[in-house]
Amino acid sequence: MSTMDGNLRELYQEVIFDHNRQPRNFHEMPEADHQADGHNPLCGDQLTVFLRIEDGRIADASFVGHGCAISTASASLMTEAIKGKPVDEVEALFRDFHAMLTDTPPDRDFGKLAVLGGVREFPARVKCATLAWHTLHNALIGEHDPARTE
Amino acid sequence: MNAQSSAARAALAPLRLEVAGDFPILSRTVHGRRLVYLDNGATTQKPETVIEAERTFYRESNANIHRGVHWLSQHATDLYEAGRKTVQRFINAAKAEEVVFTRGTTEAINLVAQSWGRAQLKAGDEILITTMEHHSNIVPWQLLCEQTGAVLKVAPINDAGELELDAFAALLGERTRLVAITHVSNALGTVNPLAGLIEQAHAVGATVLVDGAQAVAHQAVDVQALGCDFYAFSGHKLYGPTGIGALYGRHALLAAMPPWQGGGDMIRTVSFERSTYADVPQRFEAGTPNIAGVVGLAAAIDYVSGIGMASIAVHEHALLEHATATLNGIPGLRLIGTAANKAGILSFMVDGIHPHDLGTILDAEGVAIRAGHHCAMPLMTRFGIPGTARASLGVYNDEADIAALAEAIEKAQHMFGTRQTR
Ligand SMILES: Cc1ncc(COP(=O)(O)O)c(C=O)c1O
Repeated sequence: MSTMDGNLRELYQEVIFDHNRQPRNFHEMPEADHQADGHNPLCGDQLTVFLRIEDGRIADASFVGHGCAISTASASLMTEAIKGKPVDEVEALFRDFHAMLTDTPPDRDFGKLAVLGGVREFPARVKCATLAWHTLHNALIGEHDPARTE
Repeated sequence: MNAQSSAARAALAPLRLEVAGDFPILSRTVHGRRLVYLDNGATTQKPETVIEAERTFYRESNANIHRGVHWLSQHATDLYEAGRKTVQRFINAAKAEEVVFTRGTTEAINLVAQSWGRAQLKAGDEILITTMEHHSNIVPWQLLCEQTGAVLKVAPINDAGELELDAFAALLGERTRLVAITHVSNALGTVNPLAGLIEQAHAVGATVLVDGAQAVAHQAVDVQALGCDFYAFSGHKLYGPTGIGALYGRHALLAAMPPWQGGGDMIRTVSFERSTYADVPQRFEAGTPNIAGVVGLAAAIDYVSGIGMASIAVHEHALLEHATATLNGIPGLRLIGTAANKAGILSFMVDGIHPHDLGTILDAEGVAIRAGHHCAMPLMTRFGIPGTARASLGVYNDEADIAALAEAIEKAQHMFGTRQTR
């Protein structure tokens, strides 16, 4: 097996396919108190992230939109990962997640998000994996312009 | 189309021109696999003769042009102007002076917008384009409309990706000052029936610019037979270097146009009160041009002319038919752009697999295609899709490349668990 085959298998793990086929928390949220749009014009990926925040914690998170398998799975995994977490921890997680894909991977337990680590070997796809997170960040800071990953 | 009749037709035309050996890059591997280059719509690979022509220019002929009295400068000037004649013959322009060198198609279109357009258009005038244009044949006109108050009109296309001829005719009127239309659509492969369209445009007094970026490498182009007023193309899509292209303009039009960039080489005299401008085409070539690029472009034109544009067109058409039949045989694959008259471009969607995922998986197999909106966002909106995967053919492609493409697509379907059997 060539390195590339190995890298490809790392990128497209079963968890990614699963979350692409059946994204979790994939619905609008009328009672959301934070939301933001994200758009990656190059890929045409588009999503909206909805949040309900209570006492400084993410009480609920969801998203809608369309994109490639990496961006859809990343958004789905993200909503699972942030539910119930304090907002400041979520922002720290975004920084670490970004570093895992582009820089020296920080020494922490990423839980299920670790399956996205394979994106490291595909620089052109990093923006697919981070679009949902940039959009989340915008929702948290109340940014109304759509998040872009390029 | 059914596979058998296409196979029968293909048997009469060559699916391979036996020229891959002329292109050094094609012998390299990518991810340990043979490079299958099917992204010719983005840029083509360069034959050894083009690479060597640029190298030889720098080793033996390099000097600035139109400025030195020394021998080498004259020699470089001669090569540059010989390149202009090569382009003239290639597109059958009436005069070499009708060929202006630019960085490429984009710059050529911007030149017409900013020189001809700003001088000619006023508020309420109309520019007619089509839904299938590349951004570089949309945005320069939007800028011009902002500057002049002119209005952009867009002729629609049908579901096959063909121009709606009746709607086009209905949009032409006495306010139409310019029709800017692509010869071949980069995202769909549609070949527009230019001669008739140009005749109609001229009948209402409109000037016609043709975006030839995707046409010149695939069929013989004769600007006089077409009857267009402007024709723009890029060298890098014609097996030539990047950073060089040409604008053809009818002499009477060019001669009446003001300069668009100021600087050296485009002037006759300069004083602080007033400068006078050089004749065409120098008037539009301010500053030191891409001299080596012109030499490389001329070598590229010699290269394709050596194969013969007619042979290239026959080969690509046969390979297009073969590829169309092959891709149509893959369950879950849908071609976008099924015009009756097409050049070697296959845009497609595969059920359940986003074009970008497909692009990544194909790349791992050594198959280079493009995935995305192909700089034609309004066209993608027309089809209600975010983008497509696109395989675009060149002289060196053959049925083995198409087989590799199909195999890689099927592998992606296996990975995604979307492979269906018929
Ligand atoms: C139809 C069409 N027009 C214009 C262009 C722009 O060409 P260039 O980028 O070489 O200026 C392209 C190439 O991308 C094209 O395909």
